[in-house]
Amino acid sequence: MSSRRSRSRQSGSNSRITDDQINDLVSKLHQLLPEIRNAHSDKVSAAKVLQETCNYIRSLHREVDDLSERLSELLATTDNAQAAIIRSLLMQ
Amino acid sequence: MDLHNLNPSSLKSRFTTRFLRALTEINARKPIASSSSPREIFQRYRRIKDAADTSMAYSVRSRRTWSKATLWRLRTPSHRRRLASFGRRSSLNKTRTTTTASHRGAVVVQITSRGGGLGVQLEELRELVPGGEAMDLCNLLDETAHYIKCLTTQVQVMRTIANLYSLE
Repeated sequence: MSSRRSRSRQSGSNSRITDDQINDLVSKLHQLLPEIRNAHSDKVSAAKVLQETCNYIRSLHREVDDLSERLSELLATTDNAQAAIIRSLLMQ
Repeated sequence: MDLHNLNPSSLKSRFTTRFLRALTEINARKPIASSSSPREIFQRYRRIKDAADTSMAYSVRSRRTWSKATLWRLRTPSHRRRLASFGRRSSLNKTRTTTTASHRGAVVVQITSRGGGLGVQLEELRELVPGGEAMDLCNLLDETAHYIKCLTTQVQVMRTIANLYSLE
């Protein structure tokens, strides 16, 4: 990381190296996003990928919240014997 | 999703083991009388959510900034956190302005010349990823990818467990 920093400090043309790295990281993020509407195109703008990433993380947080709530209610009603059975099933 | 053939060294397996253990502890703590009051349910919801986030943060192989930030957030009481982040943020603003002038100046110019406005999304992202405010751009994007991977695993496992508990 530090060698990258000193390289880009030396001349203006080296800023392209950093730019490509950013592009790589952004496209790596793009691969992780669920493809919903448009056909997979390589030329998605970085801004769109970042926006979709933020939306996706927010929806994942919401899902964790909902599942935690659901588990909380389920723990209230499930008795210990059933829980022990399920646990032993999962641990095998 | 088939949980019976878990690779024991996978992230999913490590998370599942830890999370189930935590769920057992939370379940054991519930009082017999009032386990269904809204207040009890809300307290349990908080404990379960924190247990899930903590379990995932512990389960990552390589120590990541986001996982360390998650553990720190959940283990440090809020008044100490507020003092710490105050000191961190004021020194962070100093570093941000100086690095923008030197090596990051080139990157910022390229990004804004590509049609501007990436700053807003980056700020949003920094707020969503734990510890994001302290990362430089490359690290932020890298950590985000790893964070998303772990979050999807967490959601998968939690959903499977909830479905199993729902069976009658």
